[in-house]
Amino acid sequence: MKNLDSSSHVRGESIYLDDIPLLQGTLFACVFDSPVAHGQIKRLDLSRASEAVGVESVITASDLIGENEIGGIVKDEPLLADTEVHFQGMPVAIVLADSEEHAHAAAKLIEIEIEEFEAITEPRVAYRKGSLIADPKRFILGDSERAFVDCDHVFEGRADVNGQEHLYIETQGAYVIPNENGGLRIYSSTQGPTAVQRCVSGVTAIPMNLIEVDVTRLGGAFGGKEDQANAWASICAVGAQLSGRPVKYALHRMEDMRMTGKRHPYSADYKIGLDRHLKIKAYEVVFYQNAGAAADLSLPVLERTLFHCTNAYFIPNVTATAYSCKTNLPPNTAFRGFGGPQGMFVIESAIAHAAEKLEVRARILQENNLIDSGEEFPYGQIAESEARTSWKQANEAFDISTLEEKAREFNRSSKYFRKAIAVQPVCFGISFTKTPMNQARSLVHVYTDGSIAVSTGAVEMGQGVNTKIAQVAENVFSLPVEKVKVHTTNTLRIANTSPTAASAAADLNGKATQQACEKILERLMEVAGELVEGGKETELSIRDGEVFRDDEPTGLDWVTLVNEAHLRRVNLSEHSHYATPGIHFDWSTAKGHPFAYHVYGTAVVGVTVDCLRGRYTVDFVKNVHDFGKSMNTDVDFGQIEGGIAQGVGWMTMEEVVYDDAGALRSNALSTYKIPDIYSVPEIVETKALETERQNLAIYSSKAVGEPPLMYGLGAYFAIRSAIRAYDSSLSPEFDAPFTPEKVLMDLYGNPGGE
Amino acid sequence: MTEFLLNDETVETGLPAGLTVLDFVRYKRNLKGTKIGCREGDCGACTVLVGEPTADGIRYRSMTSCLMPLANAAGKHIVTVEGINPKNGELTPVQESLVDHGGTQCGFCTVGFVMSLTGFCLDDTEKDQAMSVSAVDGNICRCTGYKSIERAAAEIAKRLSGRDFRKNLESAVKAGVVPKYFNGIESRLREIKPEITDKTTGAVVGGGTDLYVQKPEEMVSEEATHVLYSQQLRGIEEIGGRVEIGASATVTDLLESQLMKDVFPDLFFHLKLVSSTPIRNMATLAGNFVNASPIGDMTVWFLALDAKVVFDSGRSLPLRKFYRGYKELEKDALESITRISFVKPGKGFRFNFEKVCKRQYLDIATVNTAISFEEQDGALSKVHVSAGGVAPIPLYLSKTSEYLDGKTISAATIRASAEVIDSEISPISDVRGSADYKRLLLRQLFKAHFIEVI
Repeated sequence: MKNLDSSSHVRGESIYLDDIPLLQGTLFACVFDSPVAHGQIKRLDLSRASEAVGVESVITASDLIGENEIGGIVKDEPLLADTEVHFQGMPVAIVLADSEEHAHAAAKLIEIEIEEFEAITEPRVAYRKGSLIADPKRFILGDSERAFVDCDHVFEGRADVNGQEHLYIETQGAYVIPNENGGLRIYSSTQGPTAVQRCVSGVTAIPMNLIEVDVTRLGGAFGGKEDQANAWASICAVGAQLSGRPVKYALHRMEDMRMTGKRHPYSADYKIGLDRHLKIKAYEVVFYQNAGAAADLSLPVLERTLFHCTNAYFIPNVTATAYSCKTNLPPNTAFRGFGGPQGMFVIESAIAHAAEKLEVRARILQENNLIDSGEEFPYGQIAESEARTSWKQANEAFDISTLEEKAREFNRSSKYFRKAIAVQPVCFGISFTKTPMNQARSLVHVYTDGSIAVSTGAVEMGQGVNTKIAQVAENVFSLPVEKVKVHTTNTLRIANTSPTAASAAADLNGKATQQACEKILERLMEVAGELVEGGKETELSIRDGEVFRDDEPTGLDWVTLVNEAHLRRVNLSEHSHYATPGIHFDWSTAKGHPFAYHVYGTAVVGVTVDCLRGRYTVDFVKNVHDFGKSMNTDVDFGQIEGGIAQGVGWMTMEEVVYDDAGALRSNALSTYKIPDIYSVPEIVETKALETERQNLAIYSSKAVGEPPLMYGLGAYFAIRSAIRAYDSSLSPEFDAPFTPEKVLMDLYGNPGGE
Repeated sequence: MTEFLLNDETVETGLPAGLTVLDFVRYKRNLKGTKIGCREGDCGACTVLVGEPTADGIRYRSMTSCLMPLANAAGKHIVTVEGINPKNGELTPVQESLVDHGGTQCGFCTVGFVMSLTGFCLDDTEKDQAMSVSAVDGNICRCTGYKSIERAAAEIAKRLSGRDFRKNLESAVKAGVVPKYFNGIESRLREIKPEITDKTTGAVVGGGTDLYVQKPEEMVSEEATHVLYSQQLRGIEEIGGRVEIGASATVTDLLESQLMKDVFPDLFFHLKLVSSTPIRNMATLAGNFVNASPIGDMTVWFLALDAKVVFDSGRSLPLRKFYRGYKELEKDALESITRISFVKPGKGFRFNFEKVCKRQYLDIATVNTAISFEEQDGALSKVHVSAGGVAPIPLYLSKTSEYLDGKTISAATIRASAEVIDSEISPISDVRGSADYKRLLLRQLFKAHFIEVI
């Protein structure tokens, strides 16, 4: 089934934040942000801005009625800089004006004087200076120190991986309307309506029950609107509270890129030990995460880096340590994969390093060390593994050695072009690693015309979650999906939601919806039992809008049944709660069973590098992916293709550039390049893993949002191999992304090169 | 007053001629299907179709409305998605195909793709898979990974294979690609009499593709003369052994010119490296020259043709003498370019254009370079080499050109010329690459010239 929004999307009738009709008297906000990465505010002159045409007011920290704090996990982030600034792009003042143009023009008239302090942009520098967000986190399995003694081969190295701009095409924004009794109605482009509600409540001192947050859909998010939508909603909320008028702010692209955080860059040191059978026996890794200037979601991101630091491999002795380093960049945040991909990049680098030194193909080491069912992850969970099955099926389907042979043959006949293949296994845990977040609610109404309205805590952002939820209702009630409408995500209808994140929204909200629908159906079937002759003695069911007794239609249709139930004063609504069973994690021991299940898969990635110009193309990404039992192949295959493109982009052309002063240089679409239609893999081929294994997903249809992004890692290692196929004496550093610049400099940039 | 057709409606507006079509349709006409993604022509979410009456029917081209001043809409048919939506919630073949192939996820970029592909249907380009992809080369999508969009585009191409709606809008209407009212557009457009001003005031604006990126706010109210559709500044023709090009010829005009195709056999593949379809539809040649970007693709291209620019003052100048320093031109403030010309090459003419950037297409060059020469019995003559991204100006490599003149091509010549190039350039490190990289890259691309050409 296609995404239910498709038709309104192609007709341009879907409503996003900036499309909401404006109320009379609406003011437009514009933020004045710090031009300096670190320093003390000496003077802030608002006089010219305050007097500018159309300006209603200019708001600074001292005007706030509530607390000047938007940190969700750690209280370390002011909404507006008060005395100090901690990153370039940190909001300092809010201009409210009668038009967007006037607000922007006035913001330019604000003058600021800042005494500059040293700006830190590199995580290792922050670590050396003791600038950390929190104490380090550590996972230990076995005894790596002792295990290294017995290893036949030990390799040590460093791997760096850069950040990534989300580049949702719809920028951040909010529209806040004052309500009676001091309340607020908030439209926000957010993945976390409750997070917005809580954050706004803090900065306005308005209780949460007076704050309504409503989200129709997002024009993309990818994690960028999980926590970082809070600031813009809070800015508009403060403006609405102080002015008593509706306030809107839809960020311009460059404001968005400059002021919001991105995927975390990491630097890491690794040490890997293997025995003579090429089994990895020990792995030590230290991660230095570039958190930016405030905690934001950096700590749970850091934790997931640890959770996935051994990817799809079993290593009996692991010591993994992670430091969240505080720098003077915009606070980095969630991004599809949530730290997992960075952890995987480092283990893949270590394996590539070992393979190079041992003169074996990396895929031999990879395959040799895949995790099997019954083996333990460093965090104590026992694997129910599909790592080997997906590898095997990928090899059967795509014939890896023939692909390699073809590449070698091509390379022999080409002077400047080199092809190479990389295999990329993926293992990704599904559930919020913070166990309490794994809960959701769904509100289902059946109306007397037979139509159904569903509300959940899930936010639709293109991933098709509302389509899957509608399918759940369709399935339970056995009605055409046209009878079901999944409505906006609204904090008055569904309270205390977890953000739509961690690939888990369809599972959590889908299961809650399933329960709600089943409870209503149960009550309706009781009524049917009274209406249908002999209905109390036999099993009744509903099929295609009609009640069946055994396999016979009874003539009682859906609408009649619903109305009869209503006349009998039977409740046609249900608000149901779901909490993932069986998961737990104890940080005091760093052990537990945090994931409902894992998603596995194996991709084969082929590239061609133009060793004359340093350009490359990704020729194919062929994968066998563990969908469980997909409930919507249209949506799920779309997630695979999109995830791969984003992962390949991260590993190749997407380069976030800050200068030493902490200014973002890749600050527009002209300087930050995401894949266009020509740069995505020419062929993306996806096959579903064939498996009978049961799982905890909704209808056994495993989460699909994040895992495929990590197939993109293969592009990096394939490009690296192609460079080595051109000149086997080269050993490029592990430093993603592999921009055309790095390719050419790796090829010829060192003395002794051509 | 600016007068034009917006979908099925005649618009007369006194709003500033510098206001963008994007802001006009969204905020003055409440047509919210056209989205704002970047406001710099780099994402295509705001793509609209612009219909211009020609001698043989209307020609529709896709353009990014964020960079398009209202003035450039005068006398045109501006089409937004609301102007092609069938009644009763039905879908056009383009829309249907995108839905069927799952070519929309979050939906925010989708309308841009719909408009670009509708433009593809209405144009007379080859209806094949490659051209259908080419039609959306200016549209960025962050969700789908494009494969579903490719499949949708390929299906559209297949359905329309062999059909040409360009000169036969009625058949496009019959096929449901556009609504019925399109049949009457041509005659309605011809009734609109454009306001003619012959005096030049303020900045000269062509396609707006640079000025609206550099200073969007100022452009709205700034006094300007809009020349994109100025008849006397268009046209590409051969006059007296020279190829003469009007200053407001767009890159697409070059791409479609038979004369240019004859001179440059690889024209399509080389110009494909330059920005994207909607931008090529707007960006003018003279605009690229005057913008004086050190990495202007067309400037580097024409430097290697040793082109000449002619001003409205009557003065003319070799393009290589047009640049005094970073964004400093050998031009009077009131002067504007009217024509560009170069000698139509003779036998043995060779030309190559190379460009490397982070993303191969729809990107600004890190380094670009062009070369032209004539070759006879291995010996080179009339050599002109240019390079961008390696100096404060788009650079004519005069010493290298001179050095190569009369030489025969060999590995030794190429190596020796690389030394000369090195002495002529002064790249700096920036977001597009380090100085060392740019130096290395130019050396490699220079080598590539000879691999491609010989």
